[in-house]
Amino acid sequence: MTNIITNAHKGSNQPIAIYRISTMLLRYLYLLKSSWIRILELAYWPTMQMIMWGFLNQYLMSAESSVIKIAGMLIAAVLLWDVMFRSNIGVAVSFLEEIWSRNLAQLFASPLRPYEWALSLLSISLIRTIIGVIPAAILAIPFYSYSIFDMGIPLIAFFANLMIFGGAVGLLVSALVLRYGMGAESLAWVGIFLIAPISGIYYPISVLPEWLQTIAWALPSAHVFEGMRALLTENVFMTDLFINAAILNVLYMGSGLAVFLYVFRLARIRGLLIQIGE
Amino acid sequence: MSKIAIDTEALTKKFGNKIAVDKINLKVRAGSITALLGGNGAGKTTTIAMLLGLILPTSGKARVLGEDIIHSRYKVLTRINFSSPYVDLPKRLTVRENLRVFAGLYGIHNSNKHIKSLADSFALVEFLDRPTGQLSSGQRSRVSLAKALINSPSLLLLDEPTASLDPATADWVRSYLEDYATKTGATILLASHNMSEVDRLCSEVVMMKRGRIVDQGHPKTLIEKYGRKTLEEVFLEIAKTDTNTPE
Repeated sequence: MTNIITNAHKGSNQPIAIYRISTMLLRYLYLLKSSWIRILELAYWPTMQMIMWGFLNQYLMSAESSVIKIAGMLIAAVLLWDVMFRSNIGVAVSFLEEIWSRNLAQLFASPLRPYEWALSLLSISLIRTIIGVIPAAILAIPFYSYSIFDMGIPLIAFFANLMIFGGAVGLLVSALVLRYGMGAESLAWVGIFLIAPISGIYYPISVLPEWLQTIAWALPSAHVFEGMRALLTENVFMTDLFINAAILNVLYMGSGLAVFLYVFRLARIRGLLIQIGE
Repeated sequence: MSKIAIDTEALTKKFGNKIAVDKINLKVRAGSITALLGGNGAGKTTTIAMLLGLILPTSGKARVLGEDIIHSRYKVLTRINFSSPYVDLPKRLTVRENLRVFAGLYGIHNSNKHIKSLADSFALVEFLDRPTGQLSSGQRSRVSLAKALINSPSLLLLDEPTASLDPATADWVRSYLEDYATKTGATILLASHNMSEVDRLCSEVVMMKRGRIVDQGHPKTLIEKYGRKTLEEVFLEIAKTDTNTPE
């Protein structure tokens, strides 16, 4: 037998270690590269959405509507909505991968901390979103002569806010699956659509009933899409909307992480780390 | 390291009204190979999961390699590892990728060299770049054992380590584990239904039934105590007796 007692554990007792987070990120990248269809699929839906809504946008441009005549309004809305959707699903699907492969107990018998796992889920979600949305955004340029990148710096602000909010929702959904088992799995895909109608993606928040507007303004996404419309129609970056979205995101991400960690502890009490699976 | 690798005191786990593990006082000597025996539902897997910190006990204390596993598990997790048929490795990742991920999580230097060494030991070289899901169950068990040894653990918790292996490979794995424990001084706690395996490997046997430790001792001592010829007969005798047998 080869003597294998040769390895030191580098910083293994650190409460948070970048190498453990990057190892988990590597694990999800291995998974992604294991199938080119998976990579293609990431870009497939955003591109299809962009093409379909882009043609609708072109048709409406010729109609008698004042707001929709703004070039690329629908395309920008579709692409930014997809950022939030991809961010959410990037966290939830990567989380589900561990459950499908019955790997949770292996991971948490190692020094990996649950918050390190949560950070790796958010990181892979960012990579998956970029892979999914960037090709669609680039294709919109030759298709419709519209570049979302013309938004400039505000685009980064919108992107960051939607990524964080989508990630927070992804963590909440993951916590629900961990708590209620695979019966709640479909929430990973449909949960975010509960938020869509009140996020003002394709229409202003003002069209909603007043009571629903109050709920909508409690969502960072509503502030982002209102900010997007202000930028496209008036060429103004509404700082107050950005600040509101950022403050709300701190609350949502904080809550998402807290609920995720609380449910993780609950899973240890109930023995779910070993039991949960297909 | 203390001379006792595992030390539990009235360790209890309840799931609702069901008592899975009932006030067990388990002491495992450092450097020993100890078997945890018991029928289905005896509490072996729950005990192992509590010793790994995967399940939080309802009450009681557990010290593993001198550390309180309930409150300070991260101080000791780098020195423990396990293998169980209840868990799996991601099937789409290759064997090398899976081992690399776990080497990374345990903070292993020179992981490529270490993985090569384990692959040589477990005859995995030709499978290293194959997706884990494409391997036979016996090959997957070997990968699982390689993963369990990725951090050269001082304490190895094994649940049915040879369950899906053919007799020749199972025999080879037993020799490997024996050799590993001798050369490294590691402690091994294994749950098994294979009495000849337990007889061959273990210097101590802990019998569990319905969440309680009902007897323990050296295999030969237990055989003599119960007036039986084999450990299997002892196991069956205990299985038949009243559950309220005192510890």
